[in-house]
Amino acid sequence: MSTPIPFTLNGWAVTVTANPARSLAEILREELRLTGTKIGCSAGDCGACTVRLDGRQVCACLVPAGRVAGRQVVTVEGLAQNGRLSALQESFLVHGAAQCGICTPGMLMAADDLLARTKSPTEAQVLDALGGVLCRCTGYRKIVDAVLAFSKPAAAVTPAAGQAVGARLVKVDGAAKVTGAEEFGADDWPADCLVLRAVRSPHHRARFTFGDLEAFRKKHPGLVRILTWKDIPGQNLYGIYPTGKDQPALAEGVVRHRGEAVCALVGDAATIASIRDEDVPIVWDKRPPMSGLDAALASNVEPLHADKPDNVLVRGRVVARDAAAGIRGAAAVARGNFETAFVEHAYIEPEAGYARRVSDRIEIVACTQTPYMDRDELALILGLKPEQVRIVPTAVGGGFGGKLDLSLQPLIATAAWLLNRPVRCVYTRPESMASTPKRHPARISATFACDARGKLTAVEFHGDFNTGAYASWGPTVANRVPVHAMGPYEVPAVKCTSRAIYTTDTPAGAFRGFGVPQAAIAHEALMDELALQLGIDELEFRAINVLKKGSMTATGQKLEASAGLGACVEALRPRWNELREAAERFNRAAQGPMRRGVGIGCMWYGIGNTSLSNPSTMKVGLGRDGALTLYSGAVDIGQGSNTVMLQICADALGVPVSALRLVAGDTDLTADAGKTSASRQTFVSGNAARLAGEDLRRQILRLANVGESAAIELAEGRLVVREGSATRTIDLESLPAGGLMGTGRYDPPTTPLDGDGQGVPYATYAFAAQLAEVEVDIELGTTKVRRIVAAHDVGRAINPAQVEGQIHGGVAQGLGLALMEEYIPGRTENLHDYLIPTFGDVPEIETILVEDREPLGPYGAKGIGEPALVPTAPAILGAIRHATGARIRRVPATPDRVRAAIVAQGRKKAAAE
Amino acid sequence: MGVAGYQRPARLDEALAALATAPRVVVAGGTDFYPARVGRPLDDDILDISGLTELRRLSEEGAYWRVPALATWTDIIEAGLPRYFRGLQLAAREVGGVQIQNAATVCGNLCNASPAADGVPSLLALDAEVELASTAGTRRLTLGEFITGNRKTARRPDELMTAVLVPKPRHEGHATFLKLGARKYLVISIVMIGAVVEVDGGRIAAARIAIGACSAVAQRLPLLERELVGRTLDSRLAEIAVARHLAPLKPIDDVRSTADYRSDSALTLLRRALVDLAGAT
Repeated sequence: MSTPIPFTLNGWAVTVTANPARSLAEILREELRLTGTKIGCSAGDCGACTVRLDGRQVCACLVPAGRVAGRQVVTVEGLAQNGRLSALQESFLVHGAAQCGICTPGMLMAADDLLARTKSPTEAQVLDALGGVLCRCTGYRKIVDAVLAFSKPAAAVTPAAGQAVGARLVKVDGAAKVTGAEEFGADDWPADCLVLRAVRSPHHRARFTFGDLEAFRKKHPGLVRILTWKDIPGQNLYGIYPTGKDQPALAEGVVRHRGEAVCALVGDAATIASIRDEDVPIVWDKRPPMSGLDAALASNVEPLHADKPDNVLVRGRVVARDAAAGIRGAAAVARGNFETAFVEHAYIEPEAGYARRVSDRIEIVACTQTPYMDRDELALILGLKPEQVRIVPTAVGGGFGGKLDLSLQPLIATAAWLLNRPVRCVYTRPESMASTPKRHPARISATFACDARGKLTAVEFHGDFNTGAYASWGPTVANRVPVHAMGPYEVPAVKCTSRAIYTTDTPAGAFRGFGVPQAAIAHEALMDELALQLGIDELEFRAINVLKKGSMTATGQKLEASAGLGACVEALRPRWNELREAAERFNRAAQGPMRRGVGIGCMWYGIGNTSLSNPSTMKVGLGRDGALTLYSGAVDIGQGSNTVMLQICADALGVPVSALRLVAGDTDLTADAGKTSASRQTFVSGNAARLAGEDLRRQILRLANVGESAAIELAEGRLVVREGSATRTIDLESLPAGGLMGTGRYDPPTTPLDGDGQGVPYATYAFAAQLAEVEVDIELGTTKVRRIVAAHDVGRAINPAQVEGQIHGGVAQGLGLALMEEYIPGRTENLHDYLIPTFGDVPEIETILVEDREPLGPYGAKGIGEPALVPTAPAILGAIRHATGARIRRVPATPDRVRAAIVAQGRKKAAAE
Repeated sequence: MGVAGYQRPARLDEALAALATAPRVVVAGGTDFYPARVGRPLDDDILDISGLTELRRLSEEGAYWRVPALATWTDIIEAGLPRYFRGLQLAAREVGGVQIQNAATVCGNLCNASPAADGVPSLLALDAEVELASTAGTRRLTLGEFITGNRKTARRPDELMTAVLVPKPRHEGHATFLKLGARKYLVISIVMIGAVVEVDGGRIAAARIAIGACSAVAQRLPLLERELVGRTLDSRLAEIAVARHLAPLKPIDDVRSTADYRSDSALTLLRRALVDLAGAT
């Protein structure tokens, strides 16, 4: 039922003929192809689709298109005038207010509404006006800064040749993010595209059979095909590791978690949208679910996978000397049990993309963090050679590990391959949440022991991790955790073990930190306990024990350089003393229910894969047309690797960043730079970019027959090389036909871990210490974080603005982990029941960059992506304890849990008196 | 499936005529309609009432203020209402983000009848009535009569809620609203409280207090309301509120909180609301 809807769009009169009940957001995107307006939830929960309707900000996903007739709609595409960014857009760019950029259009439109009413808003007004838009990358603070400073944005820096590393360069891909031009997974599709929707299990565990699918298909003329597992051309199993692949693209008669795909409907968009899942002829035989660790570890359960009779996917272990003896002989011992929840990535971009067959090859254009792994995995699923698969990553609207797994790619690729037509799929928010991997819930028991002077003597740690129905990155978590579980401290005797356990819950996989954030909650709480027992200040207690240059880790690795934790702790000390004292003063004077506290968290994090090769290769070419191009396979998921790779390569080559073009991600055009995970891109791919730049520079200098100190310049079809007073000019036409190509490959030096976890698992480690200041309402149990001070040893900040952005975003996610985030399969599959921090929840964040250079890193750099998140939750929990005396051992520390802990603490205290 | 119908009448009589012929889903702000249909076909027959301009403006009508069907939460915030509406205005600022406040209507909040509806406690405390119109005529119900359960109301399928009517207080009125959630913005309440007192000569002449998200329908606290009458409006009022006053509540455990915590924090919020009212004089 389509009707013409005439309205004014960004100042232009338009008429769209569409079903008036469809949302304005869909009409803008699907009918008018104005895809700057993003859809993150279709439920008014995220604000990504914010537009102005008759001047007022509204969620376009909640506006029936029929009611905009005769009215004014302004979208993000309407902000720039005559190709010039508005002052607000400029300010977002310069302040680094956009990371992945998926929420940026919504942020801009909400801010545009505010600024139309209030020329010089206060911070409180900015928070209220933008409070309806969620961001998962930035931690909001730089957005607030950008709005407050919009009328006087600072000028963007343009570093000269050789000066790019260390410069606060604006994101090279930033402009497209603030205009709405950036194309994410759902933003482009071929005109003749079919649409695919997976039908998913409503049950946590079941067997199923299909009824007459062919008859069902014939009843719906626009339904072209119903894919089942029998249609998968190759191997209907995938998984991260070469062995142990356990996850089907489409379930084969058995579903192991709610949200598992059982078949896929392919047809025209209207038909696919009109079919209800429950009408598809599927006969379900519900089986008892096995939810949570206890259910899976109970005796007499039917194992989830036949080859794992005890439901244990994998075990991890690091053992050094005799931990039990170290505990027996200790002056102080602290024990604790800890529990964490499933955490959802909640990137604002649900998975999306399309596939098309190009003769005997398949191309997948979708959001991903790992193009080459996708390629190889899809080749297996489709029964093709890897070279027959081309992955073209779109911009990624947030990843955080969640887009390291395949999601819709096997389905759209199979459909496009079989039908020889392009096929597109966009996940709904509930679908994304129900079917894609989460952070592992952990159950941890740990014991920390130290001598009378506060030196740690021994640590015992065991963590069980709920890996859900399929392996995904469970083995990575199980292996990484024991290495990090004693914390960033010198501990002579260690026994750290872990297990990943299959359950019928949503698969758990990679999420910013691979289990280390969960472990850090335990090790930092016990560090606090030991300090309290000995009457040593908690920060000082860390200072006594920090890993430093020359320290031996529990895996027997000697830290040769770049171990700046001590410097991070010392950098916090003045603020720590000041804020602790202020909090205690506040509490002594407190009449009401508010109590303040300050806590500290420390962390370390091995950069790159654990003891596994993870090379990156980068190429940089000089064409005969004079184009200098970096071919980077590193996917920028908002963290800024596109910018960082150019900064590194430009300095290695000796040209300004502006001289370089970037081709990113496409497996046909770029070499394998591995996955965007494990905080590895700056360190590993950055090294490859440096080596590639140096390689090309060498070739150019050789061609010009000059020495290493020569300066390279590109000007009007000529390459000018100067050395001292000598100048050589090379005609680009004289270059070989393919131009010059510099190549760099880097694989961090590691060794395998033996049966006791001894070896060199990582080439380098990032370190950090953060403090949190909180205010707890002891009557309600609510916690407001007032401030975070974050000191991070990043080796070298290639781009300090982006490093700060990563820290802000990590802090916000750590705050969510600590206080509010808990995914419950089947119950919190949306962004109003699953809570992530909003504008009003993230406090001021002070960042301190410690640059203890890593000799192996590009210009001394390490990584920052995951380290930013790890210490935040422990610091917040420590601060709650300092404020109230209540020890929170289960996160999230929701108001009910904090209140219960305060009441229990009060009873304990009363009993003791 | 079935082909959906969409009507957007410009006049109330057309809207009522449409509802008289067949049941239709009434869409005002749309903020509850679309979220309930994510990933599902849009195959309802829809009556979009956003074109009924006669139901847009707040007005005074004798002994009542009239909040018509299309009045949004932003209208409540910006309409220059008297201080008596302070509680409802505080609630309005807590409804979603500004995007939602600009679209969602007060009447829609009542018709959706969520146990955690932000508007209900304050409107119960304001002793609001609702006006339901159909081709058969118009009737009024108290809000307590109107909301009959979790997402259940007394609205017949042929009826449209045309307004919420707020009676003017007989004495000097004071109102407040407190909401407890696990984050700052965009949060569904764990507990919320709407409270109104009318003061005559420094003493409370009438008190109306309602607590939301602690039972299927927000509940008034009649016992406490009676005990407050005759008291002086000052911060000592907080001492009066005790657990037995919460007897009408039936809190549950859910993803947001536990029943025990709801009871515990409801009492805390209740005391704070009374202190806040005393401070508002």
